[in-house]
Amino acid sequence: MKIFKKDKTKKITNERSLEIERERSNKSTSSSSSSNQKSKKLRIFRINAVQNPNDVPHFDEFQVPVKRWTTVLDALLDAKSYQDSSIGIRYSCRMASCGSCGMKINGIPRLACYTKISDLDTNTITCEPLPNFPYIRDLVTDFSQFFAHHRSVMPFIQNKKADIPDVNELSEYEQSPQDLDKFLQFSYCIKCGLCYSACPTVATDLKFPGPQALSQAYRYYADSRDSDKSNRLKVIDTSHGIWRCHFAGSCSNVCPKGVDPALGIQLLRSHLLGISNSEKKIAKLQDRSNNNSYREELEEEEEEEEK
Amino acid sequence: MTSDSIKNNRNKNKNMTKWFSDISFLRESQIMKIHYITGVGALFVVAIHIMMRLIMPFNMSLEFENVILNYKNIFYALLLESILVLIAIHGFNGLRVILLELRQTQIWERGVNILVIVAMIGIIAYGTRTIIIANGFSLG
Ligand code: HEM
Ligand code: SF4
Ligand code: FES
Repeated sequence: MKIFKKDKTKKITNERSLEIERERSNKSTSSSSSSNQKSKKLRIFRINAVQNPNDVPHFDEFQVPVKRWTTVLDALLDAKSYQDSSIGIRYSCRMASCGSCGMKINGIPRLACYTKISDLDTNTITCEPLPNFPYIRDLVTDFSQFFAHHRSVMPFIQNKKADIPDVNELSEYEQSPQDLDKFLQFSYCIKCGLCYSACPTVATDLKFPGPQALSQAYRYYADSRDSDKSNRLKVIDTSHGIWRCHFAGSCSNVCPKGVDPALGIQLLRSHLLGISNSEKKIAKLQDRSNNNSYREELEEEEEEEEK
Repeated sequence: MTSDSIKNNRNKNKNMTKWFSDISFLRESQIMKIHYITGVGALFVVAIHIMMRLIMPFNMSLEFENVILNYKNIFYALLLESILVLIAIHGFNGLRVILLELRQTQIWERGVNILVIVAMIGIIAYGTRTIIIANGFSLG
């Protein structure tokens, strides 16, 4: 990751862009809905770290037309289409579900497609790449480390003893709504990396899995269909693992999908400390692979206690 | 950790876990459990320690004779010893946590671990010596 020293501000004033601006201002004054169409200044962080590792970042400024519903992504694409086609942005769905357009907008990690300019309430919109991610180009950052952390928590259900009679047939893998509720909010994660970029521990400790991976560790740990619980805990119980979270809570503040990664981390910690024993029993009861044997054990224990 | 479970660990953290359990004999969750228990414990004994300054005028409580008298009281000496042990364990582990986040090389981590363990033992040994000597006045 680079620390940039200079903030060289270059104003894009090529003829084409001036022409477009003139056209637009003419249109907006002539149209009846002139109050709808305003223009705002877009400051975009520029760097080409891949082609030139020593590239010094700077900001370029663009004047972009803005309506009530214009998102930051719309504005960026406008600037890219009509003023400077070399602006590097990553996006896909434009509806807050692919998680590729994360960037720092006016100082806060947000999804560009999910941030309306009218909500920002400023005349200048500053777009920077997500902190805690290495630069690739302009607003595009490298997610390799982030995805590696995600992979490391084994984000998939593991249950060799699942009673699926025939794998070639469609079969039901039951889960009660109550069990689903234990992790549902965490499954809304779109891997946008906003929480990772907001985390102060990630900023100093690159081996720390970060809020996204840790909350996904909880999501699969809490899933009643998963049976590999102890191994899940082992993976995050390392010197750079879950214990390096210091309760800053920034992750939960910036998540665009209403996930509360900080909560997932604390829940997992309580399991690691063994203070949620009753929850463990419930989890075991619901674990279908151990279901019968554990129930028998419990019944035996109860009988002994009665004696 | 059993060799079976090591095999099951299918990611990069695998070696780290093994390496650290080798050097510290404890899992991180066990270390942090100790950290929280000693932290809360320290809060408790330090509170008693501070309140003992108030059983007589503050200046007087810190006069040589009175301090020595404190050490001679076996219960107070034990209280001081527990403060020493709890704060040494908690404090140096806290320092380890802070230092671990600065760099992520194995040499650094091993160095930090050894440093805090040695310092912890050193401080506890030296403090215990002081308590025993001060307490010894009453016996001798
Ligand atoms: C010697 C210097 C000390 C250092 C370097 C230190 C360091 C730390 C660290 C790093 C944590 C963990 C915080 C986290 O994980 O975010 C912590 C927690 C704690 N400390 Fe200390 N500490 C020291 C002294 C004390 C003393 C004297 C007390 C009580 C009188 C104390 C009470 C606690 C408690 C109750 C916690 C648990 C709360 C928490 O984890 O945030 N500490 N300490
Ligand atoms: S938890 Fe939220 S902020 Fe973090 S990656 Fe998932 S969706 Fe993005
Ligand atoms: S473009 Fe898919 S989340 Fe923004």
